[in-house]
Amino acid sequence: MAVLSFVEVSQGKIKKASVEAAYYGSKVAEGLGTDSIAVVLGTASAEELATLGTVGVKKVLHASDARFNNFDSKAFTKAVSEAANGAGATVVVLSFNQNGKLLAPRICVRLKAAYVPGAVELPVFNGASATVKKNVFSGKATAEYQLNTEKKVIAVNPNSLSPVRGAGAAAVETFAPEMADTDFASVVKGADLIVGEIPLSEAELVVSAGRGMKGPENWGPIEELAKLLGAATACSRAVADVDWRPHHEHVGQTGLTIRPNLYIAVGISGAIQHLAGVNGSKVIVVINTDPEAPFFKAADYGIIGDAAVVVPKLIEEFKKQKAAH
Amino acid sequence: MKILVPIAKVPDTTSKIAFVDNNTKFNPDGVTFIMNPTDEWYALVRAIELKEKQGGEVVVIHVGLADSEQIIRKALAIGADKAVRVDADPTDAYFIAAQIAAHAKTENYDLIIAGKETIDYNSYEVGGMVAELLDLPCVALVQKLEIENGVATIKREIEGGTETVEVKLPMVVCAQKELAEARIPNMKGIMGARTKPLTVVPADATEKLTTITSYHLPDKANECKYVSPDNVGELVRLLHEEAKVV
Repeated sequence: MAVLSFVEVSQGKIKKASVEAAYYGSKVAEGLGTDSIAVVLGTASAEELATLGTVGVKKVLHASDARFNNFDSKAFTKAVSEAANGAGATVVVLSFNQNGKLLAPRICVRLKAAYVPGAVELPVFNGASATVKKNVFSGKATAEYQLNTEKKVIAVNPNSLSPVRGAGAAAVETFAPEMADTDFASVVKGADLIVGEIPLSEAELVVSAGRGMKGPENWGPIEELAKLLGAATACSRAVADVDWRPHHEHVGQTGLTIRPNLYIAVGISGAIQHLAGVNGSKVIVVINTDPEAPFFKAADYGIIGDAAVVVPKLIEEFKKQKAAH
Repeated sequence: MKILVPIAKVPDTTSKIAFVDNNTKFNPDGVTFIMNPTDEWYALVRAIELKEKQGGEVVVIHVGLADSEQIIRKALAIGADKAVRVDADPTDAYFIAAQIAAHAKTENYDLIIAGKETIDYNSYEVGGMVAELLDLPCVALVQKLEIENGVATIKREIEGGTETVEVKLPMVVCAQKELAEARIPNMKGIMGARTKPLTVVPADATEKLTTITSYHLPDKANECKYVSPDNVGELVRLLHEEAKVV
């Protein structure tokens, strides 16, 4: 028996979302009285992988085959499943991030395992079955998923659990799954990364703005506030649709779903479709001129006022606070 | 080119969410059901666009009971050529994926385009499961899809940007925003949909891997703490000392 977490590397570095998955895996292993093992596919240094020991991983199975440097759901499914079978894993943990959202359902089919997509808490075991909580109806409710099979796959929502780092280094072992060239179905032609900005899906702090800004020329203070806080910028669908802001910034039902620690929404009314993308945020601040804006009902802190006045003041106050600490 | 598009039936986004039977079942009373937005706006429309350009056929498949006919007819009105309904009340995502895969095995589809997620369980499951059941390549979070000489060129979302990949057909694609522009069915489409073939087939027996044992609504409405626009420093203090997020 063991718990296996799938840890993604990008340019040789472990992804933040995967550290959370590994930590979650270690917590599950601790509860079951078994070992936390991780599997890593692609190029990474042994030193980097050994750091998984700080979140409780005992052993890392590392397949350094360079073909894994590009993600292919079919090849990765085969390799992770082989690692799970080899390690006798009863629970496989992944991040519910971009690649995990596709990989996890494939692995569950391959292993004939029950699967919970987007777990927000640790599972509760009851004999051979387990229940895990997840958000449903775009964050309007939660559901307890009971996993009925011996093998279980859990994809954990980013930012659900803050990893506590301890001491320790994981042992890194070579893992050589049997892969044919035909297993790798995708040929990567290139990537288009937004440089100089914090990726929205990974950001802990987000400053977001909407139609209340009155025009794309008024985004200066929003960007300044984000930069000051080390936050990512986001926007509502309405302003992405009229090209005031790029589409990759759009959060909501049909855009990105994010779960930052702090979400500051400026000039966004908070329609249910927008809330669906952000209501997993730990703390929500709403700044809006309209006291009836539905967003205030979902907010922790609110300021009724004009963005053009409030945001520059907020920048000054944060600068003062930074200087004082 | 032969394209299959799975479509799901979901509660409209603005529905009031409530549960019955001691919080073990979703309460459908007074809820308007619609075709899942990413299935309709992106997957189905892109499939129809590809057919219009290159010829072929678009088939929609739905796993559900007879009361789903309205959304199936809508898919036909938007431009699908024919429809299959697997006559069963789905028990979990694996059940749905198994039915779709069983159908796809009997037909030779070049492409299966699913929506990235349904807006009820937000699970991102069915596309990937179907791909694995059929041992096909799959790319998810797809924003652009072009097909030429049996090869798909795809732009997909990755952390902090997008990636372009090429994959040989047959394959499964999970669609999201930007893949296509939603279409509203016109009168000709609506009239034509009435006579397009809709085949009803029985479900395959499938193991139930997961059970939802209970649902919970948030305990209480959030209390918003208001700060005066003349005292913005107070907000900074609260975020630092009380919420401890900055």
